[in-house]
Amino acid sequence: MTIYADNAATTRMSQTAIQAMLPYMDRIYGNPSSLHSVGQAAMEALTDARTRVAAALGAENPREITFTSGGSEADNQAIRSAALLGKRKGKTHIISTAFEHHAVLHTLKKLEKEGFTVTYLDVHENGLVTPEQVEAAITPETCLVTIMYANNEIGTIQPIRAIGAVCRKAGVLFHTDAVQAVGHIPVNVREDNIDLLSLSAHKFHGPKGVGVLYAKRGVILSSLIEGGAQERGKRAGTENLPGIMGMTAALEEAVAELPETMPKMTALRDRLIEGLREIPHGAVNGDLEHRLPGNVSFCFEGIEGESLLLLLDDAGVCASSGSACTSGSLDPSHVLLAIGRPHEVAHGSLRLTLDRDTSAEDVETIIRVTKDVVARLRAMSPVWRDLMAGKRNFVIA
Amino acid sequence: MALYSDKVMDHFRNPRNVGVIEDADGVGEVGNAKCGDIMKIYLKIKDDKIDDVKFETFGCGSAIASSSMATELIKGQPVSEALKLTNQAVTEALDGLPAHKLHCSVLAEEAIKAAMKDYYDRHGIAYDESQFPACHDCEHCRI
Repeated sequence: MTIYADNAATTRMSQTAIQAMLPYMDRIYGNPSSLHSVGQAAMEALTDARTRVAAALGAENPREITFTSGGSEADNQAIRSAALLGKRKGKTHIISTAFEHHAVLHTLKKLEKEGFTVTYLDVHENGLVTPEQVEAAITPETCLVTIMYANNEIGTIQPIRAIGAVCRKAGVLFHTDAVQAVGHIPVNVREDNIDLLSLSAHKFHGPKGVGVLYAKRGVILSSLIEGGAQERGKRAGTENLPGIMGMTAALEEAVAELPETMPKMTALRDRLIEGLREIPHGAVNGDLEHRLPGNVSFCFEGIEGESLLLLLDDAGVCASSGSACTSGSLDPSHVLLAIGRPHEVAHGSLRLTLDRDTSAEDVETIIRVTKDVVARLRAMSPVWRDLMAGKRNFVIA
Repeated sequence: MALYSDKVMDHFRNPRNVGVIEDADGVGEVGNAKCGDIMKIYLKIKDDKIDDVKFETFGCGSAIASSSMATELIKGQPVSEALKLTNQAVTEALDGLPAHKLHCSVLAEEAIKAAMKDYYDRHGIAYDESQFPACHDCEHCRI
């Protein structure tokens, strides 16, 4: 039997979401831009979805919701739009953090080449930024603050509401990549003082290839894709109606179930952390309190992450790692480096992300299997031998 | 298609010759922990043959499989044959490696050569320096 513990990568679609999509593949298949009745039936569904997504996010007006192809597109468009608005006013400074998703970081790198300056705030050992850091970094040239709601690798939840308040006070636009947060913890764009927010459906049991960019009224988006008048001219291309309907149903379901799923998953997460802490010379990555309910992230000394994942997979546990070998790059995860893990320790990282269907039994199996696999790899590791012999110093006590 | 060939997975799951030789005649260690892989080879040499060989590896699946295969390829071979081991031979014996994992086979070759060199040095045996070129200036080591 397979235990899927990689829900931060993607989730299984819920039956509710699948059922919500089906009618839009055969019965209501029209193009919402068509004037005839078949098209208008599709347009009605699209309008309904927009209203429901706006309500689920606490947005004031459905017009603030733009449907995209996913989180990466939403991040790109949010940042590009805010940068352009800033540039028109002669403001070319952006504030972000060192451990954002690459959809944000790579967009910022491009903007730097185009003449913007970016301040990357330190996320400390606990994986958290403070509103005070943001406040101190804002200058008269700042046009945008972009900070993720919750980190995809270590699960830390940023003080978004307070950061949003700092930005409001300073008159600076605030974008948050909420791809890992929406559907997992309460998110409300109005209460959280958010101007721009990105989300992705497949992270909360919705379909892949669809997401949302929320833009508060008055924040003018610029389009990345030209061609048609869809999404008020901000995103050309015939709308992915089945995807949008599936996402809307998944979002409503996830948000409605939060009072149940959050405490349940938090308890399982804490048990998993407790169990894995019995492995010597291993440590949790990121703050334990301000943390996504389903995220467990560890570093184990003396082993490498890819071999850990392959053996876990053999034992029926699907997980992920921030080691260089799993990413195809030479460096381990930028997130783990940002919280101060040295390279050799970051290579031995393990991320387990639970979902609402994970059982207590699954968690016990994961603990048992992980202990076995770590011990097996350490038994053949020259690094572990040196650590045990005192020839190399442990980083994790 | 799977990331690795069945051969790689077999040698990764059931690595041959894992361990340490306490009274080894030659020991070689290459790679560094910062890059994410270290290989250590222990040799026991008798009558100019590789009488025994063991390895320890910290690294990814292909690093473990490459070390395992490299030890299999030289075990019982005359020293002169073992010295001819190439990373291509290791890769071929494993039915190939993904392009970004080829450096693992290079490390395996280098680890074996480092152990042979150590054997020569310890035993005062003269050798041709050109047989042991300095570590390839591969991208891998430039972090």
